[in-house]
Amino acid sequence: MSVSKPVLAVWKFASCDGCQLSLLDCEDELLDLVEVVDIGYFPEATPTVLDGPYDISLVEGSITTPDDAERIHHVRRISKKLIAIGACATAGGIQALRNFADVRAFTNQVYAHPEYIDTLARSTPISAHVKTDWELRGCPINKYQVLEILAAFIQERTPVIPRYSVCEECKRKQQVCVMVAHGTPCLGPVTQAGCGALCPAYQRGCYGCFGPKEQPNTAALSAQLQELGMDEAALVRFYRSFNANAQVFVRESQRHEHKS
Amino acid sequence: MNTSPETRTIKVDSLARVEGEGALYLKLDGDTIQDLKFRIFEPPRFFEAFLQGRDFREAPDITARICGICPVAYLMSACHAMENLCGVTVDGQLRALRRLLYCGEWLESHALHGFMLHLPDFLGYPDAVQMAADHRELVERALRLKKLGNHIMTLLGGREIHPVNIRVGGFYRVPTRAELEALRPELEWALEALMATAPVLAGLEFPEMEPDYEFVALHHPDEYPFNEGRLRSSKGVDVPIDHYDQVLMEEHVAHSNALRSRMLVGHGPAHMGPLARYALSHSQLGPKARAAAAAMGLGEVCRNPFRSLLVRAVEMVFSCEEALAIIDAYEQPEAPAVSVEPRAGTGFGATEAPRGVCYHRYTIDAEGIIQDAKIVAPTSVNQRVIEDDLWQVVQPRLDLPDEELRLICEQAIRNYDPCISCATHFLDLTVERV
Repeated sequence: MSVSKPVLAVWKFASCDGCQLSLLDCEDELLDLVEVVDIGYFPEATPTVLDGPYDISLVEGSITTPDDAERIHHVRRISKKLIAIGACATAGGIQALRNFADVRAFTNQVYAHPEYIDTLARSTPISAHVKTDWELRGCPINKYQVLEILAAFIQERTPVIPRYSVCEECKRKQQVCVMVAHGTPCLGPVTQAGCGALCPAYQRGCYGCFGPKEQPNTAALSAQLQELGMDEAALVRFYRSFNANAQVFVRESQRHEHKS
Repeated sequence: MNTSPETRTIKVDSLARVEGEGALYLKLDGDTIQDLKFRIFEPPRFFEAFLQGRDFREAPDITARICGICPVAYLMSACHAMENLCGVTVDGQLRALRRLLYCGEWLESHALHGFMLHLPDFLGYPDAVQMAADHRELVERALRLKKLGNHIMTLLGGREIHPVNIRVGGFYRVPTRAELEALRPELEWALEALMATAPVLAGLEFPEMEPDYEFVALHHPDEYPFNEGRLRSSKGVDVPIDHYDQVLMEEHVAHSNALRSRMLVGHGPAHMGPLARYALSHSQLGPKARAAAAAMGLGEVCRNPFRSLLVRAVEMVFSCEEALAIIDAYEQPEAPAVSVEPRAGTGFGATEAPRGVCYHRYTIDAEGIIQDAKIVAPTSVNQRVIEDDLWQVVQPRLDLPDEELRLICEQAIRNYDPCISCATHFLDLTVERV
């Protein structure tokens, strides 16, 4: 039986651990999951290490240090399939806010001895360094989407992960549009689905955890947000959070930064 | 490293070294420890720097991303600091809901930390999955407790990791009474399950040690501490939270990326987390939590860090009792939040994360833009006490082979933190025997 079980590895780079925790949060599925995969490397869950190479590697976190820029190549070499999970791994994460600033100033500000700190000027996604076989969005990822990805890779089929907007999810849940009904600023129209349109369900505007949807019209949304009273500086902040370094959001935030 | 034939450098677990978030360096000369350094490699992410220029209302969601295992601690401390700054008090049912949210996080985090990651050490398994082969019921019970904690966080917060429903001033939407009532059967099951687990935990063997810690925790006159209280220590500190920076000082040492802290008076390390809360506030626990403590043989103070597993179980009982009491008294508030308008100044917030005091300090301008931020996570404070514990753990065991030494050291670190984003998990041990 166990001869044919695929071996799973879970790796961490600069991150909060929340995305790999999503796996442990599959309380109802966890014991079934380990029936169909062997855990080869998952330090958050077990010190047991199986020899690589690994069939599937889930990679959490962004690349922010010279050591990690080398280590990700090692991970790629020993992984048959590599899946980047979460906003850090797919876009650089919140720590990519350094990409818009001077990282030396940041280091001097936070640490009494900046010379002890070895860090790169930019926080970059995994795909900036190695080939990824899939990128799963979210801050954090949706745990059911990670189960779908694992199932799809094990069954050698294409994962069913929508690329359309949060608005589509929101409409399907028959929720009232917070922007139209209440004038609440919402990134839903340009953000990829995946969370289940959670924020509007709680009477709040989307803040972009899942990054840009395919072909988003950010200019049209920005115009609408300005009509609702957001100034240029607020728009820059709105596009610059957990997926600040996603190219569409970089461009849109810079467009407003230059005006503010 | 190997500079002379008498010096032996041993690196254990090379894959963990490649992964490398935590490491322990040991230099031994016969039966004397010459040097011991505990390192954290977590790459710096510069939260305090990039918070500058952000709107004060963004601090909770941004700082939640410091830790995916205890986001509520960061959400809550940031909210309290901003409310303190703007002269707003959130009380009544909104305050109670915040305590309920914290019940969820403690249950989830303690079930994961205590039962899934710490307990296998004492039952002799490398992890919970392998423990499940022989103790399926125990692991299923742990997962169900963890799920209950997550369910509370999902109900109040929208999702368990990085909840979306928390804001400065309160919530975006508050639950109905019926939604909270639905939690009751599972909370009642959890109380029974925890009481049934107490004898199993009481029967475990723990390594003996009882250091004379300076315990530091929040203390509230009427409650076991979650969101509010004075900063107290077992050696006489008792100050309001805006005096935190006069009690604990951070220092940056070459061998760790995480800043460490020490007491400004006495200069010793501070011990934060369940043992500290229990030592300073055990009389605030409810009757069932106290009964659980008695059933596991805990007195008024527990100084053995390995027995923190038992205190986590007591705090899980407390979380269930407290959650039920909050649900009993719940009346849906009219507004989900109180209005908070920015004003220039500095504010302080501290709440009890599962692993200890999570402290935030912010300065904002009149428009609400953050000018300065300071955030201290409990595990970074506990780094020094972990290092001191490791001296005491290693000293009487110098004759152990390196592999066994590594295991007991890992276990000593798991007494404080099983996770990795603000601390360490799997240890790269370097032993240099001179």
